[in-house]
Amino acid sequence: MNGLHDMGGMHGFGKVVPETDEPAFHADWEGRVLGLVRSLLFTRAWNIDIFRHDQERLPPQVYLKVSYYHRWLLSITQSALTYGLVERDELAAGHALHPAKPVERTMKLADAHVAYIRGPFARTPQREARFEPGDRVRTRNINPVGHTRLPRYARDKEGLVEAIRGCHVYPDSKAAGKGDDPQWLYTVAFSAREVWGEHADPTLTVSIDAFEPYLEAV
Amino acid sequence: MSHDDDDHDHDHGSHLTEVQLRVRALETILTEKGYVDPAVLDQIVEHFETRVGPHVGARVVARAWVDPAFKASLLEDATRAINESGAFETIGDHLIAVENTPQQHNMVVCTLCSCYPWDVLGLPPVWYKSAPYRSRVVMDPRSVLADFGVTVPADTRLRVWDSTAETRYMVLPQRPAGTEGWSEEQLAELVTRDSMIGTGVAAQPGAARK
Repeated sequence: MNGLHDMGGMHGFGKVVPETDEPAFHADWEGRVLGLVRSLLFTRAWNIDIFRHDQERLPPQVYLKVSYYHRWLLSITQSALTYGLVERDELAAGHALHPAKPVERTMKLADAHVAYIRGPFARTPQREARFEPGDRVRTRNINPVGHTRLPRYARDKEGLVEAIRGCHVYPDSKAAGKGDDPQWLYTVAFSAREVWGEHADPTLTVSIDAFEPYLEAV
Repeated sequence: MSHDDDDHDHDHGSHLTEVQLRVRALETILTEKGYVDPAVLDQIVEHFETRVGPHVGARVVARAWVDPAFKASLLEDATRAINESGAFETIGDHLIAVENTPQQHNMVVCTLCSCYPWDVLGLPPVWYKSAPYRSRVVMDPRSVLADFGVTVPADTRLRVWDSTAETRYMVLPQRPAGTEGWSEEQLAELVTRDSMIGTGVAAQPGAARK
């Protein structure tokens, strides 16, 4: 979706302000939210792509106003409601009021290590890769209302396939509840002038990791 | 300021803010229904507060600086190189290491959310997740570098890697001059978090680590 989350190339947000000696968390609740996210995604009641899409679907005023972990909280609260893990009267009461709906699995202490590192997203290819390094490609001009990982600034742009990154879960499908639909993934590099026009930094190249359905042969 | 302070990243005094109450309520409900275990949450928090962080990536970089074979395999397949070295904790899937040289300076971003190589750098800093960084670095990286007090020569190519999929990137910074003969442990002390994102360079010998 063409949401506020898709920030590449926007103006007006000001300077980047690094924080000296930044702590891991700025408040205890942030760590709890991280733990909740990892535990809830482990249940497979929903998935990381839905988790991201629920953040993108926050009203833009809210998306900008709240902090990162607060966005996570709003996302998991929404999905917990959508997938029936909690109900609104429970959120109001602050306690469980209804029987739990079964989920595929829950995270026990022995599983906690699963939450520490990145999960596997590679999948068995369903077909041969259409492109190879060195191919010129053009990104499609798509504007789906659902989730996509093709940023606006990189749509309808000509670039160079630099690498095949394997075959992965396709977030556009997964976030729509349509399964893994594995797709080949490529690093595609664009000159800044192709993306931003003739006044762009001539020394700059920007790349994205693009799923095959985003690409057309040139 | 009003209760709007709830939305900031800070605790305020001893009272429970709205967001703290909401987190507590959600955790309580999910615990009572058996979906989550607070002891598991404790462990996850402890892991990210104490065990992972830029010190992991710094050791990987230092190893690459002293061991050409490791460096070659790191640039070929970073996940495999790290996991097969036996020197580091196992990391998850699909890490890509990109090398800074006098000819090319690399920077990493996720414009769409805030994808970040947690396994080697720990939790992302607030600025990495912020609108100014995500909006500007793909268009005007030199001005972003200026915000960090970093200048890259005008004829050095800049490359920005937007982590739009489940691949993750880390930068292999240039080894500072004057470190010949240094041990891996000494070298790791020079490797800053920002130098592995590309918004910084490795510290010079004798300079305090940022």
